[in-house]
Amino acid sequence: MKSRRRDAIDGALALLSVLLVVQMWLLTAALEADLAGHHEAALPGAVLSGLLFAACVALGLLAERVHARHD
Amino acid sequence: MREPAWRTDFPVATGDERMVTRRQFSRFLLLTSLGMFVGNLWILVRSRFRRSAAYPELRVARVADVPVQGVKLFHYPGPDDPCLLIRTAEDTFVAYGQKCTHLSCAVLPKVAEGKLHCPCHEGWFAIDDGRVLQGPPPRPLPRVVLERRGEELFAVRIEGA
Ligand code: FES
Repeated sequence: MKSRRRDAIDGALALLSVLLVVQMWLLTAALEADLAGHHEAALPGAVLSGLLFAACVALGLLAERVHARHD
Repeated sequence: MREPAWRTDFPVATGDERMVTRRQFSRFLLLTSLGMFVGNLWILVRSRFRRSAAYPELRVARVADVPVQGVKLFHYPGPDDPCLLIRTAEDTFVAYGQKCTHLSCAVLPKVAEGKLHCPCHEGWFAIDDGRVLQGPPPRPLPRVVLERRGEELFAVRIEGA
């Protein structure tokens, strides 16, 4: 049981890392587009980044909850 | 051997101290994610509240000064902004900022080939609109908008800077 919980936390952390890499890419792509004069890309970039952040928070909370039960 | 007294008084295991727990790691990831989101918001705010920069007008050349396929170097909008004026045909003039959009090397005109070349990392731009044809530059060259008034050419603003 204990190891399954740990697996769940590890899985959540791995997914969090992947989402973070996507968010980093999104930031650089939005910046590049903005510098190139495509200002219309800024809004979808910010919305998507917000969604990714929300997903990260959800995963963090999930890991925290599993952790709390584990304690 | 007896334990030194400080060890019993301050029983800190350095190995444990340096260990990053999963909880700490997830907080670090969340904080970084928040940073990325704030970055994207900053780009959004910047793009919304961008005031269009006021560019000075500059007399660049007389039409007769630049032969067809000829090039003239000038500085616009400031003295540290080298630009290229190129006469691609009898009645066609184009002008671009000379700094490559990759790492700011000076681009060189290859008028006969219809391209501008950045020798630093083999970047190529199209001479008619400054778009990237090849290589690492991420954006087109900033284009200097020209106005022809009689026999004189004026730079009036920059697009894509
Ligand atoms: S600086 Fe021009 S291609 Fe790298």
